[in-house]
Amino acid sequence: MIKVQGVNKFFGPLHVLKDINLNVDSGEKVVVIGPSGSGKSTLIRCMNLLETPSTGQIVVDGVDITAPKAPITKVRESVAMVFQQFNLYPHKTVLENLTLAPTLIKKISRDEASESGLAFLERVGLREKADAYPAQLSGGQQQRVAIARALNMRPTVMLFDEPTSALDPEMIQEVLDVMVDLAKEGITMVVVTHEMGFAKQVADQVIFMDGGTILEKGSPEHFFTNPEHDRTKLFLSRILR
Amino acid sequence: MPGPFAGFKWLALINDWSVFAEGFVQTILLSALGLTLALGLGIFFGLLGTSHVKLFKLLNRVYVEFIQNTPLVIQIFFLYHGLPHLGIMLPVFVVGVLGVGVYHGAYIAEVIRAGVESVPRGQLEAAYSQGFSYWGAMIHIVLPQAKRISYPPLTNQAVNLIKNTSVLAMVAGGELMYHADSWSSNNLYYGPSYVVTGLLYLSLCFPLASFAKRMERKLEVSS
Repeated sequence: MIKVQGVNKFFGPLHVLKDINLNVDSGEKVVVIGPSGSGKSTLIRCMNLLETPSTGQIVVDGVDITAPKAPITKVRESVAMVFQQFNLYPHKTVLENLTLAPTLIKKISRDEASESGLAFLERVGLREKADAYPAQLSGGQQQRVAIARALNMRPTVMLFDEPTSALDPEMIQEVLDVMVDLAKEGITMVVVTHEMGFAKQVADQVIFMDGGTILEKGSPEHFFTNPEHDRTKLFLSRILR
Repeated sequence: MPGPFAGFKWLALINDWSVFAEGFVQTILLSALGLTLALGLGIFFGLLGTSHVKLFKLLNRVYVEFIQNTPLVIQIFFLYHGLPHLGIMLPVFVVGVLGVGVYHGAYIAEVIRAGVESVPRGQLEAAYSQGFSYWGAMIHIVLPQAKRISYPPLTNQAVNLIKNTSVLAMVAGGELMYHADSWSSNNLYYGPSYVVTGLLYLSLCFPLASFAKRMERKLEVSS
């Protein structure tokens, strides 16, 4: 579903991604972990071209999005992203947040988009907030709306860029519950997170990044019981207390 | 010797009320057209300023800095006294519209640019991530939010524009200040003339300014 090949990314003199190679199969749940500044957010943001790789190739669902003139807006319709800061549209109601892109971009009728939007709101437990504005919701609720907004695009891939990092501790679980529930489906998920419990529970593949490289990848069992690299062990020992 | 506000001076003014009325109407027309021009220029150059294209940014800076850092009076003099030497004769009303329009366009450009830049980058990214193009994201996501933030300073610009039409009096602009000035320099009844003129400007500007205040409070509540 997603093929990352020989990707490098520079921010000025900063070399933030170093020769990254990664395959995400259709339906696979990949969790990317690693310390701050390891390049994991940059990597996931390359997957929908919010960042453009300096060199290398990224193929999403058969489309080389790093090619010049790649149909990137078309690809983005089926690659949804959930952001750390939620990024809901504050001037729109919750339901409008869900229906805006489906009606304007995918040209789905307003009725149909509203109907499916309400169903997704129901699924994240916020149907009664359909007419509220984002500012009236808690952080956890906003992030659940953001997930519903992503789902209402009927994506084949969902990218989560540290979805719980901006949340109060007591709100993290409600968002993780929604994500765990989502992971039971066939949708492809790439999740950048510090939530090791989530990684253990849903990941097919765990990627550990440090200093712009992928240091280690493997199943959660391998990862949490028998990591190879000392750097991985150190990271895990600090984070799993 | 009668005081500057002697009763007969007021009576003379009331007798000649049509002079002031004519100026008042001209000022309103001038302001309306000037504001339309200023908004057009301001939105265009303001958006240029938010672009990542260096040339567009440069155009924005040249316009804004040049206009903001020279006096309006000189710009009006240039249009009225300077352009005829280049063979361009503009009616004084057009000089007025162009003068205040271009002048306040520069300020409005800054208001628009600041408004767009105050919308968090994440909004544009969220829109992109859903498949919006740059213009789609601008029109549906960024500009509606920038608009809300820009209303109060835009209204202030409208108020300033109305007041600044009075500069046209220096080139016989035919608006309120000019009529007040020429009427009172004939009969030397400056007192009533300037008081009434001031009140007429106030009657235009104060409602606008209060509207801006109300908007500002509303924004505070909703954010």
